[in-house]
Order: sequence, then C-alpha cells, then structure tokens
Amino acid sequence: MPVKYHIHTAPVPNRFPTVIRSGVIAWEEGCLKCPKCVKRECVYGVYDKRGLDSRLMSDSLDSLCKDCFRCVQNCPNRLIHKALNPDYKNLGDHYWTPEIISKLWFQAETGRIPVSGAGYGGPFSGSGFDAMWTDMSEIVRPTRDGILGREYISTQVDLGRKHQALEFDTLGNLLSPPYPSVEIPIPIIFDILPWSPPRDRINHTLLRAAKKINTFSIITQEDWHPSLQRYLNHIMLYLTGDPEGFDKEILKKLRLIEIPDGLKVLEIQKWLKGINPEAVIAVRIPLNPQAKDRALELTQSGLEILHFMADEFGRDQGEAPLFIKDRIKEVHLHLVKNGFRDQITLLAGGGVAMAEDLAKLIICGADAVTVDIPLLVALECRVCRRCAEGIPCPVNIAQIYPPRGQARIRNLIAGWYNQLLEVMGAMGIREARRLRGEMGRAMFFEDLEREIFLPLHKRN
Amino acid sequence: MRYILRQCSVLQCSPLSSGLARLVSGLFTVPSQLMAFYEGIMFDVSQFIPPEVKPAPTRFRHGLSKFRIVIGKNCDNCGLCLNLCPFGVYQPGAKRPKAGKDFLCLGPACQKNEFYCIARCPKDAITMNPNPSFEVLGDRRWTADLLASTWYMAETGEIPYQGLNYKTGDSGGGFDKLRLVFPPNKALDCPDEDICLSLDLNRTGDERPSISLPIPFYLGGMSFGSVSINAILSRVRAAAAWGTFCCTGEGGYPDDLKPYDDHIITQVATGLFGVREETIQRVRIVEFKYAQGAKPGLGGHLLGDKVTTEVARMREAVVGSSLFSPFPFHSVYSVEDHKKHIDWIKATNPRALVSVKVSTPNDVDMVAVGSYFAGAHILQLDGSYGGTGAAPDIAKKNIAMPLEYAVPKVHKFLKEEGIRDNLTLIASGGIRTGYDVAKIIALGANGVCLGTADMVALECLRCHNCESGRGCARGIATTDPELTQLITQDWGTQRIINVYAAWMKQLRFILKRLGITHIRDLVGRWDCLAHLDYIKAEEIEGELE
Repeated sequence: MPVKYHIHTAPVPNRFPTVIRSGVIAWEEGCLKCPKCVKRECVYGVYDKRGLDSRLMSDSLDSLCKDCFRCVQNCPNRLIHKALNPDYKNLGDHYWTPEIISKLWFQAETGRIPVSGAGYGGPFSGSGFDAMWTDMSEIVRPTRDGILGREYISTQVDLGRKHQALEFDTLGNLLSPPYPSVEIPIPIIFDILPWSPPRDRINHTLLRAAKKINTFSIITQEDWHPSLQRYLNHIMLYLTGDPEGFDKEILKKLRLIEIPDGLKVLEIQKWLKGINPEAVIAVRIPLNPQAKDRALELTQSGLEILHFMADEFGRDQGEAPLFIKDRIKEVHLHLVKNGFRDQITLLAGGGVAMAEDLAKLIICGADAVTVDIPLLVALECRVCRRCAEGIPCPVNIAQIYPPRGQARIRNLIAGWYNQLLEVMGAMGIREARRLRGEMGRAMFFEDLEREIFLPLHKRN
Repeated sequence: MRYILRQCSVLQCSPLSSGLARLVSGLFTVPSQLMAFYEGIMFDVSQFIPPEVKPAPTRFRHGLSKFRIVIGKNCDNCGLCLNLCPFGVYQPGAKRPKAGKDFLCLGPACQKNEFYCIARCPKDAITMNPNPSFEVLGDRRWTADLLASTWYMAETGEIPYQGLNYKTGDSGGGFDKLRLVFPPNKALDCPDEDICLSLDLNRTGDERPSISLPIPFYLGGMSFGSVSINAILSRVRAAAAWGTFCCTGEGGYPDDLKPYDDHIITQVATGLFGVREETIQRVRIVEFKYAQGAKPGLGGHLLGDKVTTEVARMREAVVGSSLFSPFPFHSVYSVEDHKKHIDWIKATNPRALVSVKVSTPNDVDMVAVGSYFAGAHILQLDGSYGGTGAAPDIAKKNIAMPLEYAVPKVHKFLKEEGIRDNLTLIASGGIRTGYDVAKIIALGANGVCLGTADMVALECLRCHNCESGRGCARGIATTDPELTQLITQDWGTQRIINVYAAWMKQLRFILKRLGITHIRDLVGRWDCLAHLDYIKAEEIEGELE
C-alpha cells in the first residue's frame, strides 16, 4: 500500500489581530467596585488575560471573548455590553463574506477544521455553491471511515490526456502509447491571484507551499524569475507572451505548462511538445456559454487539460452570468454525452472559497480545482482589494516571510483536505477520481424545490 | 385502550379537575413512589393533566432585552413610570427607578398606548434605544427575536407580546418561507381543552404496548458528557411532567435517571457507549441512532476536555481522551442486518418499542421503508439543522437535505407503499417553535423530537462554543463541576415545562384556526401550507401566518 498522504500542521499565529464579529464595551463610570466583580468570574478569563496591542490600539478582550454574555447579564449596573464590529461587517463583499474570511483565517492559523457546537445557524440555502448539498449513505451503503484512518480515502487525481480504450496488436503488444500524466495527491492547484500586492515574495510563498503539499502553483510568464528554478517540479507555467522568447532549457524541465485559449492553441501545443514531450499542456479558457462546444472541439483535437476560469465570484462571462458549478456541469455532461469525457482533464477555478466548494465543483464535473483568493486570505488578506487600486495593503502581504506564509497556506490546505475527507467519507466515496461528476451523490436546490415544494401548491 | 385512544374525541380531551390535578401540578417535586403511582394511570392521554406553569425567571441579574431603557439624571423619582407600566419593566430604586426588566418592554410599539412612559415622564428622563448587545445574539436560524421569545416563554409559559417575531427565523427558506394557511370561516370556537394534541407511537399493529403521548413530541438525545447532569435531569423531569419521553443520547444511562425509567428512551449508537443489556431492559422505547442530522455520515465526537472521570466511567473510556463513535454501525450493511439489530433489541426487551433515527440522504424514503420492514415502530428523521455538542461546520452546512424536504418526501413514499399508517414518523432537527411543529406535521410527520429548544429554554444563546475547554459558560453543555452548578434541576425543569406550555397554546391556537380538533388530522395536510416563493398571498383564500 502506498504511503498515506498526510499534511502535518502546526499553529502559525497571525501577524495582525484578526477582525472579529463583535466587541466588548465596558464602561468604567458608574462601577460599584463590587467585591466579586463579574469580570473576575469570566469562564474564559478574558479580562485577566487582557492585553493592549499598543501599535494597533486593539484590545485582546475582543478576540478572546466567546459571547457567553454572562458579564453582560450579571453586572449590577449593566456597564458591560457587546456590540457588532462594523469592520467585520465590512470585510470582503457579498461573495467573500466575513464568515468565509474568518473561517479561512482560523484554518490558516490553526491547521484545524472548523468545528462547533449546536446546530447550523446559517441560511436554508443560497446562490452558487450554497444551492447544493452533498449526499450521505445511510445503513445500506457503507461509508468510508477515512477520518480515523481505518479505511484509506485517496484524494489523488491524474492530470493529462487518457485513452478511451487501449489497443493491442494480434501479438498482444500495446499499440496506444501512454500519454504523459502528472499525479497530484490532492485535487487542488494554486491559481494566479486576481489581484495582490507586488508578488515577489508571495510567489515564493505559494511555491514553497505547493512543494510542501506536493501540488502545483500557476506562475505567469511575466512573474518568472530565475530564483524560482528550484521549484520547477511544482510550477505550472502560464505562457502569456511569446513562448519562443522563453528559456527553452526551463521549458524542457517543466511538467505542466498552461497556454491561453486562442486560434493558435494547437500550434503552440505542438511546438511545446516538440521541446518537451513529457510536459502536460493545459489550455486556460474563460468560462462562457460556449464553453461546452469549445471543450468538445479541443478534446477532439487532442488537447490534454482544459482549464476553465470563472471570475472571482464564480460567474461565467455570459450576458446573464451562470455560476461556475452549473456551467461546468454543462461542459462535463456535454463531453459525457459525446463520449469524450474520459479523454480529457477538466480544471475549474474562480469563486472557490471553501472546502465544500472544492468537493461540489468536482461533483459537478471538474477533475481538480484551482484556488486563488483563499491563498491570499491564508496570508491574512482581508479581501479589501486596495492593492488592486495601488493602495498599500493593511496587512503588508508583500513583505510576507515565505516560510511563515508557506506554513499558513499549508495549514489551510490541510484543513480543506480533512474536510474533503469528511464529505467523501459521508458520501461513501473512496477516491477523488470517482467523485468527479458523481452527481448522484449530490442534491440540488432547484431539483428539491421542484420535487417537494412545488407540488404543495397543486390545490384542487 | 387503543380503541379509546384512537377515538380520543373532544370530550375525552378535557382534563380532570380534581385533586389529581394538584397532585400532578407539583410533579417534579413529587417523590418517585408517587410518580410510579401516577404513571400507572397515565397511559390514557385523555386523562392527562398538564403540569403547572410557574414563573422561572432568568438565572442572571438581567434578562437580555431588545430595547434598552435608561433613566437619566434629571429623574426626580416621582414613581409615575412604576405605576404606568403594566408589564413591570420598572422597579423602585433609591435615587431613581430601575428599568431592571426591560426585556418585558413593548418597545416603540408602546407609543400608541396611553401608558407610554417616555411620553408621560414629567422630567423627560426616560430614553429607549435598541440594545446593541441584542444585535450580537442569534443567527439566521435562531434569530435574537426567537431566542428572546423562547426565554420569555420559558420564564412565563406565555406567548410573547413584546412584538418579537416568535413564528419564523431568518433562514430564507423551508420553515421560514412556509406559512400556515388559515381558511376563512373555519375557525373553531371552542375551549382550548377540546383540541387534542396526542400522539400514538405504535402503529404497527404488533403485540407490543401502545404508547400514547398527550403532546405531539418527545425530547431528543443529549448524552451525559455533552451536557451536564443537571441539564439532563431538567429535561427528563420536564418530559415526565408532560407525560412524554426524553432520550439519553449515546453515553450511558446515569443512575440518577432510574426514577424516570418509564420516560426514558435509551439510545444505541455506533459507539455503543454505555449500552448494556440492563439499560435496554429498563425502558419502554429503545432508539437506534444510525445518523445524526448535524453530522450525517460521520460518527459522534466528544472532545477530550469533556471526558471527566464520571463520563469516562460511564462510557468505559479513558479520562481526557477524545471519544469518537464510528460511522456507520459496522454490523449493519443491509436491511437484513438492520432487522437483526432490531430483533436483538426486541428479544432483549419484549415490551419495548423500537425507534430508528436516521438523517436525510437522497434515498431517505427507501431507508424509511427498509426500517419499517425491519420492524421499527418509529422512524425519526433528523434534519440538517439539528443540534450537536460538536460537529465539523462543513457537515452541518452541506451534508444531507433539509428536514423540510425529507418529511414530505418520506410521507409521500410511505403512502404510495401503503404503509404510511403503520409507522410513526418523527421529525427533528431545527424545530424552533409551535409554528414549526404545525408546519412539519402538515408536511407529513406524526410528531416531532426536540432538543435545541430545551437548551434555549435553559438560557442557551447559541454561542456555538459547547465543545471548547470547560464547555458551556452558561452551565448547560458542560461536565465541569463548577459550571454544572449554574443550573438547578428545579429551575431547569420548570423552564422546559413552561416553554412547552406556551407551545401547546400556540398549537391549539393554530389548530382551532385551521378548524381541526385533533392534531393527527393535520398530518400531511399540504393544503394547510403555502410557500411564499411559489404562491402569492392574494392567490390564497385565507390568512397566512
């Protein structure tokens, strides 16, 4: 049996205090100086441990408080209150919500998956990935106990073209030469960041993390720097400019190369194969309503990986934008219908914000998923997008110390990996390869509403 | 007996008004011998006397209020506000009155009243503002309004008047988009007592006892270890007082529960923690927990911090080491195995009914049919909003379908299979109010199973920190000896009794307006519901609520 894939984690504290949902407001005026003050009785000892960060003028009180409200309810003169933190509410946007951002921070800091008591307190469903649920097995379909390690759940996926069927001659010799293929132990590739402060150190950080967890990070041609040579095994180079101008010695050593979609795709692919026949070539294609036809066309022309990109909110480029999971589903099913699905690798990215999105996008037909903004959030990004406007980053990500940043990203991905195991275990699926397109192990909001709630209104 | 229960009519529902009532009203302080006597006659739900509601104010110095009232320094302590306010918001003070109970205040809605203190104060000393702390409370399922109204019900047994939304939450779907449709001119004009809320648990027609509850619910499993012994006993005693049941959860059967054996459902879950032949023989209902709505497909977690000496002894485990229950039952991989399990319980305890608790996968309807043919009396569907001591957030949010889909799906399928009338379908996981109870029964359940509502009655505010460190700072979900003492059993019992007294009022009010005298006639009445996404209020004849 192969060595079990496991990501070792260790806590990596934040450089800056995190923005939290609510704060404590404690008035001094009117204090009765009770001999047994409610502050001394705090179960979590937040008042005893209280400290002030002099540089940022932030109070440790707020980050330690767990909202039990005992002091609020017991102070005789009602001098203690809680209030929502407006900074928290303003984190991110409608898609990258404060809840998502703070959970990503938690995972990057601790390497643990978010666990909590009491029932789910969120909305019934939502748009995008929130409009689907993953299934589980009850009684008759055994689930896989991957968490406790009694049964191994593999999250490995293969990137590259595959034969629909193997051909042999009459003597039993293989006639179909194997295509080059790259295996990654987890179906995640780090994508180009849609925006970020200067990327020098960030790229080093991403590549260190990619190396640590044994996957790839996409690096653009203009970001290429000879100092990145030591990560060649983990770079997926995105050739945006003239490929012929790029150092051929490097191209020869790369395992994954990405090129933009365009008229010359096949030509460039052929040219690259001429230099490095072992490299697997991916084509980066903007996700739009024509995606399914383009996917079929490129698959039939012999391409290896199709990488469909939605925008940072998971939307495609249609006039009435469709969400990535729905469009990828369409692409996947179109390829299935035409009998080509198994020959091609589908990568999809854009709007992948949480571990569950990863599982859901694979269920909808992607072989693996590319992730961008969450990697920045692991480095304490607040999704304020000031960098996109040239305003300095409030948490100074450009100056990140790569080993530290690597550890934060590693923690986050470890958290995602463990959560992927949770949902796969519950679904009774042992292999990420078999999760792909397994829509029978998911439930979609639209289907359930149509099946259950619509008939309620067939009144006589 | 069964005949009588099935015929439970308007007349038979009226309570006895005799000495028995007084006896029962003091139920939770009655010694166990008397309890046993009482239970001997309790099987006839028509004779059931509901427990008495008694005030059970907050354990803390101040209740949490939606509006905050402050009396300024220009107050001359004339005392007018004290006399004006009919709700008792104010208490006398040395320098000026105290608005110590502003959670009883009507808020800005009071403006129209003649006794509106802010307008009447001769010194203009009273100000009212939204309470910032209140905004921090709650979530989309259990909004601050729902929490505060549940606390009010637990304190008084009454339906809130303060203008809190005690009917729906803010989840944007399911229960919160469904409305009950009250048809015009159908409302019943009869005393509350004429509305029967009883629930039969054994519909299979086998030789086992028929158990009927006077109310349409029982209380769900919370293990010793995940919640404190005082919280468990409060729930069990409240269940006994209401003539219903409370499940032990997975984690053993503490000796303190012995006096209440007849009101206990003992749970057999995948870890088999604390399960012995003797515990199975003690009870009238045994529950198989295949899965839990909060973590479908995953086993239970009890984090090491909570495994104290006591807990470890009960579960035959090691102090301080985390306990994980496997998933699934590794002895059950088919309906035949499932039947073996149930047969095993039935052989161990010949008088017990068997309940099967499952969560809500896509094929939940098949699971339901399988469970029926395996011999279950009760099928409990635990939806994905159900409570837990600790579960991965990814599981709570994403795995398995919401309860509001699962119940009508199963109801319909069982009907098509011709076995709907032979199985008791219990819904759980996310039922917050009497309105939710009515909605889920109208969707197809026979009754419900509750848990989080009890916790909220005990002043849980859903901070979601049940699992960390010493556990719940409010003394509910903890095994810490000091924190456990924050709840007394008498107080906890009364709070839970009160909250359900208010729910029964809600339910009777709802049934009367629907023109239904027995709650069993509401089962599967989809025509009593409207989903706001699919039908407009003006398209429906009747009032929506």
